[in-house]
Amino acid sequence: MSIIENIKSRKKVATREGYGTTLVELGKEDNNVVVLDADLAAATRTGVFLESFPDRHINCGIAEANMAGIAAGLAVCGKIPFISSFAMFVAGRAFEQVRNTIGYPHLNVKIGATHAGISVGEDGASHQCNEDIALMRAIPGMTIVNPCDYIEAKAAVRAAYEQDGPFYLRFGRLAVPVLYDEEDYQFELGKGVVLREGKDVSIFATGLCVAETMLAAERLAEDGIDAEVINIHTIKPLDDALVVASASKTGRVFTVEEHSVIGGLGSAVSELLSEKHPIKVTRIGIQDIFGESGPALELLHKYGLDAEGIYQTIKAAVLSNK
Amino acid sequence: MNKLELQKIAVEVRKEIIAATHSAKAGHPGGSLSAADLFTYLYFEELHIDPKRPDMEDRDRFVLSKGHTSPGLYAALAHRGFFPVEDLLQFRHTGHYLQGHPDMKRVPGVDMSTGSLGQGLSTAVGMALAAKMDGKDYRVYAMCGDGEIQEGQIWEAAMFAGHHQLDNLVVIVDHNKLQIDGLVGEVCSPYPIDQKFEAFQFYALTIDGHDFDAMEEAFAKARELKGKPTVIIANTVKGNGVSFMENEPSWHGKAPNDAECEIAMEDLRKAGEALCQS
Repeated sequence: MSIIENIKSRKKVATREGYGTTLVELGKEDNNVVVLDADLAAATRTGVFLESFPDRHINCGIAEANMAGIAAGLAVCGKIPFISSFAMFVAGRAFEQVRNTIGYPHLNVKIGATHAGISVGEDGASHQCNEDIALMRAIPGMTIVNPCDYIEAKAAVRAAYEQDGPFYLRFGRLAVPVLYDEEDYQFELGKGVVLREGKDVSIFATGLCVAETMLAAERLAEDGIDAEVINIHTIKPLDDALVVASASKTGRVFTVEEHSVIGGLGSAVSELLSEKHPIKVTRIGIQDIFGESGPALELLHKYGLDAEGIYQTIKAAVLSNK
Repeated sequence: MNKLELQKIAVEVRKEIIAATHSAKAGHPGGSLSAADLFTYLYFEELHIDPKRPDMEDRDRFVLSKGHTSPGLYAALAHRGFFPVEDLLQFRHTGHYLQGHPDMKRVPGVDMSTGSLGQGLSTAVGMALAAKMDGKDYRVYAMCGDGEIQEGQIWEAAMFAGHHQLDNLVVIVDHNKLQIDGLVGEVCSPYPIDQKFEAFQFYALTIDGHDFDAMEEAFAKARELKGKPTVIIANTVKGNGVSFMENEPSWHGKAPNDAECEIAMEDLRKAGEALCQS
């Protein structure tokens, strides 16, 4: 089946499920894999690791800063720690610990951040982290992957394990479409994936916005706008060559992310193109505001990040030549 | 090593603290001097380490959580043979490896990069936990400042260490009573330090942090105490060994100028001479 058919027909699964599942696989393969939580093992889906390897699961209690430091200490003693919490707390609250104690010595600590973005839903703005990519991008040597579905999430966790050094994995709470087939999906760290070729506009999307963008592109096609859709799972290091090549081909760029338009994928693409291929870029994302409580799908709609919103924004921009 | 030899080394460590901060025209002599005897004891007596193999797998680990007192740590490491003593004069110089705060990637013998207060203890706890998970018998030591323990993360780490009964962990609090803005007890009191750690399931020992016999006894006791981590609260004098720096908060993070350096070196030369005659 095609990706678009997969999006429409399959049962939805949250990317955080891929985190827990793959940790168990890695735990079987390598005794040095350890998982740390801050009282959210059920929510981060690391509970399955706890069940399989109770001796290698460390619950730090509600103390994310300490968890980051403990992971650093474990890493220098040969462990491969995955620290797990909501993006707000592991990237937000523990930012300076991640920066100074993990990033600065470039330690082999993996950060599994779940519940990222506005799709946290009902918990509201205090828990909707739309700033984590911006924070993590600014740390030298940090790799950042924001998978779009369960299959890609699994591959990303494995990629994090295989690469030495600090690694930020961004997962969502919401069940989202499964685009890929596990048998034939080849995840390549740092490489964008062209999901749909087009000649009129380039749309770089990440995370749960990838599926929505694919649906939006289908409608744009009906209006005669031929969109190229590229899944940017690795936000840092960015696939510079692919971004420049697609932008050069279509001459018009959009970015779509469930993150602030400040500091995330939109910024990364804009920064690159302003230097390598100056061109108009429209950043679709959270527009420098805090979120609010509500069901995730309603919020994605309200903030223009579902297929309808993405379609409307791009169509309006293309038609008005803005 | 006998007490007199340790005292002589500690005088040399103090001289290097003065020389390094003077050369850098920056750095933190006060807290380096207060901990100079502790650094000396740790690196010449207590820690199972090998200067020729700084990455030896089962070595004891030391984390300087109060990372700004790197001149004291570097001086002890250099005298112990991890790197040339002459290099200390390049402390904080652009392009040189002796960073203002300990950098494990650049400085041989440094087990963790530190500098942002409150964070080092958590890493030491992680190391102690790793030893327990692997059934290894190396021990982990962390040194905190008495001002540093105002950081909440210290108590997160202490709670975890107590909960996990990490009896292979020793926390040393360099209790010199001063922080940048004045007396620790007046800025924001952490007292009683011993009872706080005891409440977090630690054994607490209080010693004179300039007395090598007391250190020997306390560190030996810490090795014997099982089921809980140990905190050693070391009563010290900030700026110890340099007359005009002692108990002066202004010498927390200021380098001596040429004239001050001369006076300080004279103080230390006399202290060294007195030891030779004893």
